[in-house]
Amino acid sequence: MGSVTQLARLLAELDEQLITCMRCGFCQSVCPLYGETGREADVARGKLALLDGLAHEMLQDPHGVRERLERCLLCGSCAANCPSGVKVLDIFLKARAILSGYLGLPPAKQLLFRQVLARPALFNRLMSLAPRFENLLTRPVDSLLDTSCARFTSPLGQRHLKRLARVPLHRLEPPRSTPAGASGLRVAFFAGCLIDKLYPAAGRAALKALEHHGVGVEMPAEEACCGIPALSAGDMPTFNKLLGHNLARLDPGRFDYLVTACATCAGTIHQLWPLMCASLSPAAQERARALAAKTRDVSQFLVETDLVQGQAPAPDPQAQPLTYHDPCHLKKSLGVFREPRRLLAANPAWRLVEMTESDWCCGLGGSFSLEHYDLSQRIGKHKLEHIAASGAATVATGCPACMLQISDQLSQAGRRVAVKHYLEIYADTL
Amino acid sequence: MSTAALHQEFARIAGPENVFKDASDLLTYSYDAALLPSQPPGLAVRPTTLEALGQVVRLCNQEGLPLTVRGAGTNLSGGTIPAREGVVVVTTALNRIVEINQEDLYAVVEPGVINARLFAEAQKLGLFYPPDPGSQAVSTLGGNVAENSGGLRGLKYGVTRDYVMGLSFFDTEGQLVKTGSRTVKCATGYNLAGLMVGSEGTLGVFGQIILRLIPPPAASRALLAVFDRVQAASETVAAIIAARITPATLEFLDNFTIRTVEEFSGAGLPTEAAALLLIEVDGHPAQVAEEAQKVQEICRAQGATLVRPAADAAEKERIWTARRAAIPALARLKPSVVLEDATVPRSKVPELVRFINDLAKRYELTIGTFGHAGDGNLHPTIVFDQRDAEQEKRVRQAVEELFDRALALGGTLSGEHGLGLTKTRFLVKEVGKATIAWSRRLKRAMDPKGILNPGKIVGA
Repeated sequence: MGSVTQLARLLAELDEQLITCMRCGFCQSVCPLYGETGREADVARGKLALLDGLAHEMLQDPHGVRERLERCLLCGSCAANCPSGVKVLDIFLKARAILSGYLGLPPAKQLLFRQVLARPALFNRLMSLAPRFENLLTRPVDSLLDTSCARFTSPLGQRHLKRLARVPLHRLEPPRSTPAGASGLRVAFFAGCLIDKLYPAAGRAALKALEHHGVGVEMPAEEACCGIPALSAGDMPTFNKLLGHNLARLDPGRFDYLVTACATCAGTIHQLWPLMCASLSPAAQERARALAAKTRDVSQFLVETDLVQGQAPAPDPQAQPLTYHDPCHLKKSLGVFREPRRLLAANPAWRLVEMTESDWCCGLGGSFSLEHYDLSQRIGKHKLEHIAASGAATVATGCPACMLQISDQLSQAGRRVAVKHYLEIYADTL
Repeated sequence: MSTAALHQEFARIAGPENVFKDASDLLTYSYDAALLPSQPPGLAVRPTTLEALGQVVRLCNQEGLPLTVRGAGTNLSGGTIPAREGVVVVTTALNRIVEINQEDLYAVVEPGVINARLFAEAQKLGLFYPPDPGSQAVSTLGGNVAENSGGLRGLKYGVTRDYVMGLSFFDTEGQLVKTGSRTVKCATGYNLAGLMVGSEGTLGVFGQIILRLIPPPAASRALLAVFDRVQAASETVAAIIAARITPATLEFLDNFTIRTVEEFSGAGLPTEAAALLLIEVDGHPAQVAEEAQKVQEICRAQGATLVRPAADAAEKERIWTARRAAIPALARLKPSVVLEDATVPRSKVPELVRFINDLAKRYELTIGTFGHAGDGNLHPTIVFDQRDAEQEKRVRQAVEELFDRALALGGTLSGEHGLGLTKTRFLVKEVGKATIAWSRRLKRAMDPKGILNPGKIVGA
């Protein structure tokens, strides 16, 4: 660890972006965390002021700043609502990388990221063994939601976790390279860890839809994680390793689009790969940018290319009420919110009933939920209330991480509402 | 009391989780939205009950600690920048709407309630709380009252002052003082509420506030009028008022603001226009129809090249979205923004607009002018780079000239942002030495140790 002056010099590169915050405080109205705590250090303006304080040596407390900087869901609500257009997420991720580089990574994270996540083959092997032990350690609680909770005192606390898939997606749907069909289009399908290991049904629904629409699919063997957990922790070495691994397997020359059914992966590949790849070789950077430009959420791809078009059918008289939760990474980062609703409308068995504040963050925020479970739960409680008030029999969304959080909330509250990926609803019509 | 004992005492009153003493937390209570240097306090405390709030005030007074109350910290004049080694009292946890009375049309709120929340809750019950400062989505009612905030509806509906029926506040001893009532009329005692509105936290610390609610207008109509001369637009403002029509809103945008907004939001504004007026009339449907008609006639007679009433709700929304985009659009041009609010009698708006254009040329500054032309409350907005000392100097000089001119025209230093720290030194120009001396005597009587938001309004 160097001097604070040295840290200030590292942070100085953020200065051009930090100065654009005019401290109007408008971020307060949309920040899910500030909504719970009312503490200025929890909202974007406060964190930007802290980074500015470190960068200008008004503050000598890098540990304190890191601790506050990590109290953030990275949902991007503030950036989407910022009058000055401050690139809050870019700043926070770069600052986390700088602070982690300077202060070092906590040992547990270092072990998890560098020894497991950064080795996709090992990660897959470990996770495929895990279901065998799951029943020993946990007991099922809700059959509709397929959740379980710990039998004994556990580091995961009282969570009701979605149970691991018995067979992950990469075994159900092996690697392939199929030619373009009627659509004349080929895509690479990026599954992402949570769809692969927890929600393979969503992945299968995506593949079914692509096949139905005559889209050729590239699915490389052994994709790695998109890198967001490492990036959020400021672990640039792991992120670079994962990015390099993925870049080697995804050649943008071989397909028209890169599609994913995970909002978080879509946001990460589209926005963060090109932003955070500066230390890679020029050729790798070029490839990251090319992939980012081709990346779409599946709903976005299907609607944008006119594969799903025309009027949606009128709902059946017997249609069940369904509600939709907007994942932050789809709505706020990518501006995708009409497209998933269009796909839901294609299924007449369901009738969409909008919940209040459908784009209020569910409160998961990846590792935020591991480190601040109580806050994560408090934020999630609003989502639970809004889902319940909508009277829906099923809640659909476009992000497996949101599905995980919403299932935990519903399961703990004993609410009989199913959680599905919007693609599962859509695929039922094909 | 030793620092440790003092921290313990604050923790006893407010709960340890509501007392902030780490340098990192304190830095986040060192600023507001004014372009002024930060000043971290010695301590920040976030009471969750009014009782605790009173005890915090008493403790501060007992220990002689400067006390600055802070809600959302959105104010533009530095009113919530604390004193060195002082205590910031954060009101965000005092956020209960205690009562909305539908029979007698009032609401009782704690100071930390957000303006937009009261608006929404009142609306659900078919009632209307009109004051709508630009920051209404985040700013607190306590802050609105302390700054006497205005907004877009000031012309017809007045400002925060016109809705405060009564309030309670803690004096420096932590005693609760009550003034005003839940009645429409109240002639009991001194009008202390009148004194507290706009006092910027220098005379007492608000407990509960009683706010008047009104029935919402039954109908409204928005119009957009385009002018190829600034003079014609600003004279139209005066002509509408002179014709005894009081629109709910009468907003002005100059060419620079129009072009910036258009580039930012693509709202379909006529970028060649020298100025735009955005006008909304509201009230009984028949009155709305008649006034909308008259306003159109006046605009045309004054030389508007185009007058377009909003066809439907969507078009009306587009018109207001364009107005709301003014600040964000201008803010993205340069890193620093000074949003001024010198205000003149409405008949003097044309002269003020001319003067601001002249200022921009003389000081070589980028100034977008927009604002509540109907109240004479314009917001010349200067965008620049604060890191350039020479530029900043020119900005300060231009602002000083702006104040001088507004006062010479019979206007005021601040229409709705308050004096805070930014305009304290100019106050004498508006009110004279005797007023400042009297105000200081008043403050000394109410706050003998000078702990209440020192430095604001009347200086130290």
